[in-house]
Amino acid sequence: MEMNRRALLLTSAALAANVVAPEAAFAQEQPRRGGIMTVHFATEQRILNPSLQASTGVYIVGGKIQEPLVDLDAAGNPAPCLAESWEATPDGKTITFKLRQGVTWHDGRPFTSADVQFTAMEMWKKILNYGTTLQLFLEAVDTPDAHTAIFRYSRPMPLNLLLRALPDLGYVSAKHIYEGTDIRQNPANTAPMGTGPFRFVQYERGQFIIADRNPNYWRNNMPYLDRVVWRVVSDRSAAAAQMESGQLLFSPFSALSIADFTRLGRDPRFEVTTRGNEGNARTNTLEFNFRNPILADIRVRRAIAHALDIPFFIENFLGPFAKVGTGPIPTTSPDFYPANMPQYPFNRAQANRMLDEAGHRRGAGGVRFNLRLNPAPWGEDIALWSTFIQQSLNEVGIRVEIVRLDAAGFLRTVYNDWNFDLATGWHQYRNDPAVSTSVWYRSGQPRGAPWTNQWGWTDAETDQVIDAAATELDPTRRKALYADFVRRANTELPLWMPIEQIFVSVINRRLRNHSNTPRWASSSWHDLWLAS
Amino acid sequence: MPTLLIILAAMFLLLQLAPGDTVDALIAQMGGGGDAKLAEELRRFYGLDLSIPAQLGNYVWRLIRFDLGFSAIYGKPVATVIFERLPATLALMTAALSFAFSVGLVLGVIAAKRVNGWPDTVISTLGLIFYATPSFWFGLMAIVLFSVHLQWLPAGGFEDVAAGLTGFARLRDITAHLVLPTLTLGLIFLAIYLRIMRASMLEVLTLDFVRTARAKGLDETRVMVRHVLRNAMLPMVTLIGLQAGTMLGGSVVVESVFSLPGLGRLAYEAVVQRDLNTLLGIVFISALLVIAVNFLVDLLYARLDPRIGNGGAS
Repeated sequence: MEMNRRALLLTSAALAANVVAPEAAFAQEQPRRGGIMTVHFATEQRILNPSLQASTGVYIVGGKIQEPLVDLDAAGNPAPCLAESWEATPDGKTITFKLRQGVTWHDGRPFTSADVQFTAMEMWKKILNYGTTLQLFLEAVDTPDAHTAIFRYSRPMPLNLLLRALPDLGYVSAKHIYEGTDIRQNPANTAPMGTGPFRFVQYERGQFIIADRNPNYWRNNMPYLDRVVWRVVSDRSAAAAQMESGQLLFSPFSALSIADFTRLGRDPRFEVTTRGNEGNARTNTLEFNFRNPILADIRVRRAIAHALDIPFFIENFLGPFAKVGTGPIPTTSPDFYPANMPQYPFNRAQANRMLDEAGHRRGAGGVRFNLRLNPAPWGEDIALWSTFIQQSLNEVGIRVEIVRLDAAGFLRTVYNDWNFDLATGWHQYRNDPAVSTSVWYRSGQPRGAPWTNQWGWTDAETDQVIDAAATELDPTRRKALYADFVRRANTELPLWMPIEQIFVSVINRRLRNHSNTPRWASSSWHDLWLAS
Repeated sequence: MPTLLIILAAMFLLLQLAPGDTVDALIAQMGGGGDAKLAEELRRFYGLDLSIPAQLGNYVWRLIRFDLGFSAIYGKPVATVIFERLPATLALMTAALSFAFSVGLVLGVIAAKRVNGWPDTVISTLGLIFYATPSFWFGLMAIVLFSVHLQWLPAGGFEDVAAGLTGFARLRDITAHLVLPTLTLGLIFLAIYLRIMRASMLEVLTLDFVRTARAKGLDETRVMVRHVLRNAMLPMVTLIGLQAGTMLGGSVVVESVFSLPGLGRLAYEAVVQRDLNTLLGIVFISALLVIAVNFLVDLLYARLDPRIGNGGAS
């Protein structure tokens, strides 16, 4: 029964994620030039240049103005963008990119390999979050001619890892804008200049950002749209109302309330979908602090995992856009997803038994012990999930006190001060476990680095597997190594990732060619058009 | 001035108590992946590597030279950031306050004239409803009705940027955008003005000089406007002085619901992002404005009641 319901849920979630593309019906339609795209911009960013900050809040704007070396195609495979082709030497230490010719920056200057060299060495390697780790062993970028960039690494760099990381971590900035300046304070950070289909016009803080069609874009006759306007709307309900009144045409990255997803999903004017966000999978975490001796006991961690009825929670609180998670690598990543890993299905009796065995008998009022839970303040799902954890654990005699803090407070308290027992938030999976997943498990993370192993847990075997996988060049062996990694992670359970989610987009049906790649919301929208 | 300094220092220290700093907030926005060296570099960049007394000292020293400092979230001088937000805040505040004051005055007078009659009951009940309803709910319902269903007014924002209007058309567009937020913000204050006006009118109506005026044979309108209203206005004017401060701070709720670029949202953002300079700048500017408004109110007192201007001899 339990399995059936779960299987059913998985199927329905999968169905929701793969709703038959309505574009199929429009395939014959002729794209229309013109129109203004209005986008919901929920949280303002300090900078808009994706070569300097890797986050969805930056891609949603900067990704239309600047372009990466490599993008993803509809099937999720690396596709040429500013780089036309690539090849790696057998030792994996040299990767050569042939760059697209005839591309110009918005100010008219030509795009060359010098821009790639400058961006890689000065931005990706030194400033870009996740980039600094990815390019740690990048020694130099050689530029034998204006359209060739040769990346030289001191340790082998798996070509597939680099290609899967570059759509997010490979945005190129213009050398002539940044060279010789303080990069962090450069005015182009909030007025980005790139090679993309839209050129930046104006950013009015607290109100809107405008970008206009780039008439010299290298893809002929593109983009179709005349203008993109991002409207700053911080209130979820107000944003939903603006979608309904037509002031907004697109709300990306799960920025509306879960109730509104359901409501707008029934409205024929809108499409509510996870399609176009497959490259931005995330899992809900349950993080344990090993400095608390109770939680250092593996029986307690496993008991807690068994005490949570995940299918029930998803069915009643998150709806069709979430599914049961199975560990650090989500099912949206077929290149790495390992099947049949150790799991912790809901079993309250077993949880109680394990806690008894661990020596935590129920005391006065049926309470075994008390724990503090710090939920991250982003996402309605996290707030619901933390309350669900509290009530579920209460059933097995663990009393949980929820400590709510804002973003800065949460990061400082959990990842720097280690002042928590349980914490919960999102783990963002970025297409390859080496980018932002293995750091949650690898020991030796500097204190204060958020979303990394700050649990006080060290496991030599895990470290060894992670290090081997990061430099393994053979895709099959890499996949096997990551299967070992997940098996170890799910067995030792330093943290548990029982829910898998993909960001939800709410899209006005007048939009055409939308959601056609796994990172569409972040992508350049060169082929997006608006039906009249 | 000393009060202002104490307030600023207290705000500064209060924000130190909140866990995390602006670099933590920035890293939260990034979504991780920053190594320790990066965080350290950023702290130096934002001047957070200094001790707290040194930071406070620096701030006060800059303030003495009328320099509000640099905003961490906006990457430009705090003064610029605040002045960008002032027009929207002032427009909303002036509109809401005038609406609340004028309509509250009229309704208050009507209620007082027909005290305990049906107009009084209706007006007082409405006032109570306005006062008791949370403003975000009012705002959202107004959006649902007027923007989503009737499509009469825009659902949010300060102006229609996509259209690129200029001159009079732009002014009209901005006005249309401000109607709903003004009503939402104004209705709550309206309830207060209404109650005060009603009570104040009733009180003045029982005073001797009103009986004298009537005995002189003045007609009712003249008694009401020249004698009663003028005297009953004093508490209303006091209230304006008090509420101008509240409104200047902006209304986070109304600004968020209507996506307006006001000071309230800026202050909220500054706290969440631990942007100390911006927050202190807002406190500073708001305090100055409140002082200015209260000065104007004092002048207005003197005009309404000449006794106040003459050294308070009563």
